[in-house]
Amino acid sequence: MDDLMKIQIRGLNVFAGKNHILKDVAVDIPKNKITVIMGPSGCGKTTLLKCLNRLTDLYPELKVSGQIMIDDNNILDAREDIYKLRQQMGLLSQRPYPLPMTIYNNIAYALKLRGIKKRREINKLTVHYLQQAGLWDEIRTRLREPASRLSIGQQQRLCLARGLAVNPEIILADEPTSALDPISSQVIEETFLKLKHDYTIVLVTHILRQAKRLADHVVFMYLGDVIEQGNVSAVFDDPKMEKTKQYLKGTFN
Amino acid sequence: MRLSRKIEECFFKVLMILSTCFILLILAIIIYSIFEKGIRSMSWEMVTRIPEGGYYYGKGGGILNAILGSLTLAFGATILAFFLGLPVALYINVFLIRHKKLVGLIRFLLDLIWGIPSIVYGAFGFSLMVFFGLQTSLLAGILTVSLFILPIMIRSMDEILRTVPIGLQEAAYALGSNKSETAFRIFTRQSVSGIITAVLLSFGRAIGDAASVLFTAGYTDNLPNSLLEPVATLPLSIFFQLSSPVPEVQARAYASALVLTLIILLVSLFSRGVGKRYHKTKINF
Repeated sequence: MDDLMKIQIRGLNVFAGKNHILKDVAVDIPKNKITVIMGPSGCGKTTLLKCLNRLTDLYPELKVSGQIMIDDNNILDAREDIYKLRQQMGLLSQRPYPLPMTIYNNIAYALKLRGIKKRREINKLTVHYLQQAGLWDEIRTRLREPASRLSIGQQQRLCLARGLAVNPEIILADEPTSALDPISSQVIEETFLKLKHDYTIVLVTHILRQAKRLADHVVFMYLGDVIEQGNVSAVFDDPKMEKTKQYLKGTFN
Repeated sequence: MRLSRKIEECFFKVLMILSTCFILLILAIIIYSIFEKGIRSMSWEMVTRIPEGGYYYGKGGGILNAILGSLTLAFGATILAFFLGLPVALYINVFLIRHKKLVGLIRFLLDLIWGIPSIVYGAFGFSLMVFFGLQTSLLAGILTVSLFILPIMIRSMDEILRTVPIGLQEAAYALGSNKSETAFRIFTRQSVSGIITAVLLSFGRAIGDAASVLFTAGYTDNLPNSLLEPVATLPLSIFFQLSSPVPEVQARAYASALVLTLIILLVSLFSRGVGKRYHKTKINF
């Protein structure tokens, strides 16, 4: 593999009490590509994603150990500035969680966290990110409305725009289309394909066809183990491991 | 078999209807007696003038001293308890998120002190006053009552704040918010209506309590004019004047009861209305 690696995970173990959720995981995530993490539910995909921006810190029952290198920094290091770290990444969760404020302020909040204070610049960038997430045309007259009035699909795109507004290098997406209608899902997928030239995207999904459509690099997980990873064509067309073959054939889900 | 189940169903249904009616009847009687006696003694003079010739024997005047006194005291205590209580509720829910056992202990202790009778707070406030050499005063009343409503304030805000979904918290942290930004920008905004309800609930408790102000705020015929002087309150206005042999003085007690009931009724209605109004930006899940 001669791609430039953005994230390198080595020996990552996560325990929830006695439950071993991630077992000695080693994953490489290439820069400016879409990496899809797939596997049946309960295999640890979401936990792996939450380790990347240390949202695992919110859950006292999770014990995380190992190494996650992003640009030569081990982000699991206790000395790491997690607030700065999280600004390197935008997060899209399974269902959208817009902040309890207006549409405009959802983006402005993220911009202010990034340190942008001038009103004019905030206005300009708000439009820019809403356009980037494919939402601007629908809501240009509704900026002062509460974000809660948007449809679920629009809320998810607002969350994407908000995630981009912190100016991240990495986008983490946890089954971002599972709660959405087909049209919004398509918009999100198309946006990802456009964004991958500038961002490293890590996408968790259990939809095989979505994985095939979007992925450059695939990681297949099963019950906390990484079974197989590699180039999308290598994994899908010529899987090496028995479990992967079964999963791709749909023997289990 | 079928018949016996039907009879059982019928029996419990009747039982429930009866007990509901019984409770509603008692409530209606209380409200009726307050209004019936209160309205008869109610007049413009009653709510615009202070008692004349001493609150126990004087026949003239009204209860303005108690109305203004109660409002001042309850406002003061509520504001103080709010500024002390909100940070506690936020701290429990945002900063201590990793310490579930400690949070459980804090909640248990708060529930415990919620249950302490207000007369105990009164006695505690009084012993503090003796220690500091203070007299019965508005200030002592405000401090004591705010201690009394603090657990109510904290726990009712806490119950609202703990309903903030973990996904919303993750969204805030994922943007790089730190804990105080998450607390003050996200938690409070998501919970505005609940926080206002908590404040109004506490206000209702503050204005209606007699025992905590008995030793601490004292009683006076004058309007409240200084933090360091005694102040009259509506509950004590009922307590002191109802036992008077003079009918005109008793009327002042009934009028006080009516005014107090109306204030609490208004606060309750208001808190319901507010809950709906500030729902706009709240994210519903």
